[in-house]
Amino acid sequence: MADAAYDPHATSGGARRLSAKVIVYGFLLLFAAYYVLPLLVILMNSFRDLEEISKLGLIGLPRSFSLEHWASAWSSFCVGGTCKGISPNFYNSLYMTVPATIVSTLLGAINGYILSKWRFPGAGFIFAAVTIGVFLPGQMVLLPWAFVLGKLGLTNTLEGLMLVHTIQGLSFTTLFCRNYYVSIPDDLIKAARIDGAGFWRIFFRIILPLSPPILIVTVIWQFTGIWNEFLFGVVFSSGSQQPITAALIALSSAGTSVHQYNVEAAAVLIAALPTLLIYFFGGRWFVRGLTQGAIK
Amino acid sequence: MSVARSQAALSLPSAGGGGWRARVGHWVPQLVLAPSLFCSFVYIFVFSAWTFYISLSNSSLLPSYEFVGFEHYVSLWQNRRWNVAYTNLFLFSALYVLGSMAVGLFLAILIDQRVRGEAVWRTIYLYPLAVSFVVTGTVWNWLFNPTSGIEAFMHGLGFSNFTFGWITDRNLAIYTVVITGIWHASGFAMALFLAGLRSVEQDLIKAAQIDGASLFRIYWRIILPSIRPIFLAVLVILLQFAIKTFDLVVALTGGGPGIATTMPAIVVYDFMFQRGQIAEGAAAAIMILLALTAVVLPYALWSVWSRRGSDLRG
Repeated sequence: MADAAYDPHATSGGARRLSAKVIVYGFLLLFAAYYVLPLLVILMNSFRDLEEISKLGLIGLPRSFSLEHWASAWSSFCVGGTCKGISPNFYNSLYMTVPATIVSTLLGAINGYILSKWRFPGAGFIFAAVTIGVFLPGQMVLLPWAFVLGKLGLTNTLEGLMLVHTIQGLSFTTLFCRNYYVSIPDDLIKAARIDGAGFWRIFFRIILPLSPPILIVTVIWQFTGIWNEFLFGVVFSSGSQQPITAALIALSSAGTSVHQYNVEAAAVLIAALPTLLIYFFGGRWFVRGLTQGAIK
Repeated sequence: MSVARSQAALSLPSAGGGGWRARVGHWVPQLVLAPSLFCSFVYIFVFSAWTFYISLSNSSLLPSYEFVGFEHYVSLWQNRRWNVAYTNLFLFSALYVLGSMAVGLFLAILIDQRVRGEAVWRTIYLYPLAVSFVVTGTVWNWLFNPTSGIEAFMHGLGFSNFTFGWITDRNLAIYTVVITGIWHASGFAMALFLAGLRSVEQDLIKAAQIDGASLFRIYWRIILPSIRPIFLAVLVILLQFAIKTFDLVVALTGGGPGIATTMPAIVVYDFMFQRGQIAEGAAAAIMILLALTAVVLPYALWSVWSRRGSDLRG
């Protein structure tokens, strides 16, 4: 500290460093506002009463506080003629997402295991072909799915959506798992085979115990993707069978009546809650999945 | 190379002796793989081929298999809606991708300055990615709405001349889609860039610091060039998001005002399920696929090629 008096550069450098810090944190805060404000606005409006919103606009601190809009959004608000709130659609999404996530993840793990550890002629080609599914736009498969679901008697059923999401998800899960399993040493598998372990034994005894990191990533990724999906939901289901994303659109575009902003805000938050919770508690894995899926 | 290795691996079990069990055992991997692989192949190739054929048929409300050639593509490109949609797509893609990358890189560099509470900042910037496009679009629709959102708020503060009605303006509404899109995706770009910045060799940076290079110079000359592959990855991923944009616009503007913010993916949906012109819809879907191929295929080939190069060197 005392040296600073002898060296004018040091003090000016210190001042510069301080102002640089101010600039850095200033920008960080500015952008944080851009990201957080929408969430805050919607949270506050879910507690305010409608009179206050229409008088003061959507942006503002709540002067009234009530949880009844949440209750109404959950169980009594009218969407498309039925007045059960958004809870049936929430359960629809849950009913559709959980099995599709589990099945596509398990199949992806098995596929990835085979394509990385039981390579056969053409395995590389098969892998490349399957990953095309990651990029294939949903619009390409709408008509064929509509036809197939009709043939299977699954039109406008949650089971139909479950099937669509499971098969569509296979490309993602196979890609993730295969890329992860490639880094498991082949010698480990070879040693097990010399000891007489077969296909399933190696999978359950060696591969699966090494898998939790990739399985967590895949499950988070699949759950988030399927829960948030809209196109298939709105095309292949209607009315009481709709997942929550499609129901939200129906709710907010119900044109004729006045916007019930507070109830809609609560409904929007309810729809976003599961994936937000996953993100806040599993953020580490979420980020890992992102970078893994993207960079590899 | 991989073929040779797999054959060596496959020859192992047969050493144990013949018998049908061994022979079936030999095929277990392929047998297990077959059903889900079959589904994936049908989904990817048969469904795509089917949609392509529909686009060449005279289907209207229901599929029909009478071949009529490329006439639906011709009528598609003469359709005003489609022309608006793909013009929008170009404008939106460019601004959305560049904007998200710029914001993402800027935030990544800020966070890279050894700031306090890094995890908190990262969490704040990235959370939009966990939120669906439907929720994102709905919320921003409220904020952009002049009678209840930001404009009303500014009026409340006393700035009664303040106007912010982009979402109701044909020429400006597309920029509300851009702002919302950047809100959703820039955290993702940030996460990837930050991972890249952290992977740069510290020795290089230290050497430059000792030489007295400014921070700006260090980033511009050393750090950013060495994470070029990440720029490319982010670019491709964001571009393919942009091309598929559907629910974001449906929730934010509904494609309006009028058709001012319509997108190719929305046009496909309208043709197929609102107007009963499924052949045109299929043709539009094929155009989306072509756009995606133009973005993804060169990247896929490049990454295979560069990986092979590094394999040879390593």
